[in-house]
Amino acid sequence: MILIYTQNWDGKFKKLSYELVSYGAAIAKQMNTEVVALSIGNVANNELQSLGKYGASKVVSVNDPNLSVVDNKIYAKTISEAVNKYNAKVILFANNNEGKAIAPRISAKFKAALITGVGKLPKSVEPFVICKKVYTGKASVDVKVNSDIKVLTLFQNSFGVVEAPVDAEIETLELTIDTPTIKVIEQSKSTGKVLLNDAEIVVSGGRGMKSGDNWAGIEQLAEILNGGTACSRPVSDEGWRPHGEHVGQTGKIIAPNVYFALGISGAIQHLGGVSNSKCIVAINTDKEAPIFEAADYGIIGDVHKILPELIEEVKKLKS
Amino acid sequence: MKILVCISVVPDTTTKVKFIDGKEFDKAGVQWIINPWDELALTRALELKEASAGKIEKITVVNVGAVEAEATIRKALAMGADEAIRINTTAKDTFSVAGEISEAIKDQGFDVIFSGIESSDFNGVGVGGMIAEILDIQSVSAVSGIDFADDVFKVKRDIDGGFEMLEVKAPFVATVQKGIAIDPRIPNMRGIMMAKKKPLNVVESANCEPLSEYVQYEMPKPKPPVKLVENAAELVNVLHNEAKML
Ligand SMILES: Cc1cc2nc3c(=O)[nH]c(=O)nc-3n(C[C@H](O)[C@H](O)[C@H](O)COP(=O)(O)OP(=O)(O)OC[C@H]3O[C@@H](n4cnc5c(N)ncnc54)[C@H](O)[C@@H]3O)c2cc1C
Repeated sequence: MILIYTQNWDGKFKKLSYELVSYGAAIAKQMNTEVVALSIGNVANNELQSLGKYGASKVVSVNDPNLSVVDNKIYAKTISEAVNKYNAKVILFANNNEGKAIAPRISAKFKAALITGVGKLPKSVEPFVICKKVYTGKASVDVKVNSDIKVLTLFQNSFGVVEAPVDAEIETLELTIDTPTIKVIEQSKSTGKVLLNDAEIVVSGGRGMKSGDNWAGIEQLAEILNGGTACSRPVSDEGWRPHGEHVGQTGKIIAPNVYFALGISGAIQHLGGVSNSKCIVAINTDKEAPIFEAADYGIIGDVHKILPELIEEVKKLKS
Repeated sequence: MKILVCISVVPDTTTKVKFIDGKEFDKAGVQWIINPWDELALTRALELKEASAGKIEKITVVNVGAVEAEATIRKALAMGADEAIRINTTAKDTFSVAGEISEAIKDQGFDVIFSGIESSDFNGVGVGGMIAEILDIQSVSAVSGIDFADDVFKVKRDIDGGFEMLEVKAPFVATVQKGIAIDPRIPNMRGIMMAKKKPLNVVESANCEPLSEYVQYEMPKPKPPVKLVENAAELVNVLHNEAKML
């Protein structure tokens, strides 16, 4: 079996859950097996059922007040019960904060190799060989996995959501869940904003934006494109934008469909975080800027002049 | 209290990577550095110790690597770590590294173990979480801030789309990312002198077997040159009609 660790937000599955199920279904086909999706938390039956549309033939739901806090130790124990029960051979997580927190524990529990940040299907399943990026995107490597069980984390937006409808059988798993040993004393969640890792389109600004006060245009463009916002490292170091938006070698690694690099020079450490984007668009006054070597499309010019025009053009297109 | 910081030694971030026959990373001419996140973790660990009025007694760094790594490990000592452990073997995969570290330190009673969220060579993210599982202790990931007061650790972790402030009891592993510290501490002259005398203990490998092997490296295909357009209208036009991305 292929086991998927899904994530939901207030009872609604995140898009990454559908993508993980789609990816899992494709691997299941290669391995001639099926997909079990694990849902943790309070998720309604029809929402659980929705995973069938992407190929989950079984959806297992665990709900317990002790799971309201993501205690990595307890989550790993919970997931491992499902691994045992369904005899899972491949366990899939999203390559986001939560996935990266729990996947290593599952890997160690089962002596199962952990391959993080995959984006494509295995090249073969017997032996199990899969490609991943290394050296922050500067190269890729084929990894041969020698353990019976494999744990993979998938880059969001790399595989896509693919429909492969089956009837999902819903099952509730009754487990005794320990009391968390960590205590949440404060939580802050941004609502209504597209999360950077989820975003299919990302509008990002660098030092060429000149000041944090100039971000209204970036936010506006992101909003009309239903995208997320990002920035280069100096921008977050200066406090123009929050650290969570910093992309690159020492920030987030993202793979949107379109990455707009506005006033970003394209340093090698920056490109490490964005080079998996399907299409890179650069606007920069300096025609020698390295970003133009990484970009698919570009304009040589002043972002302060071009951004407002770009917003108007996109508005026209969308209306 | 004792803090352990896991240090991986990686190529300088500006390195143009090359491979020998696609099989092996070409080390020729490469400058080695402390993995940037590990350096930030160590920086914060040192700050915590200094602010703890003696409660945090010792900061130890640990590396799994061959003797060549020692110059970089000394840099961690020069930054202010009290002692270092080098486990004498080359890193094979995340699982074997985590196994080696767990085996070497399991009886040493570390209260907090820091590891970087990712190492910038193989981009594995697992070392911290795996150590926690092997030692059967708590772990907190994506940690972007940590404070120690009244014997509890207050930990800020990034969740997808926000953050949480947590109270965590030792022992635990913190997998840290940016924000934990902004700039790494730069060793001063005195630190560099003192580092030479600090203990760097070499421990033999426990022969933890890797679970995966890297069989073939590949460089990305050269991409077609950028297509330059004159203005915003043309840009939207090509993105919509040619790239079909908007
Ligand atoms: C260990 C290490 C790790 C690092 N990690 C990261 C990382 O994760 N992410 C990251 O981003 N950086 C990282 N860096 C920093 C990186 O080397 C660069 O310094 C940084 O990416 C540059 O940011 P920038 O492009 O915003 O600024 P700059 O390099 O200053 O570029 C600004 C660009 O804006 C252009 N510009 C100026 N005015 C205008 C205008 N009016 N209109 C249009 N264009 C204009 C300029 O031509 C220039 O190309 C790291 C560095 C180190 C040493």
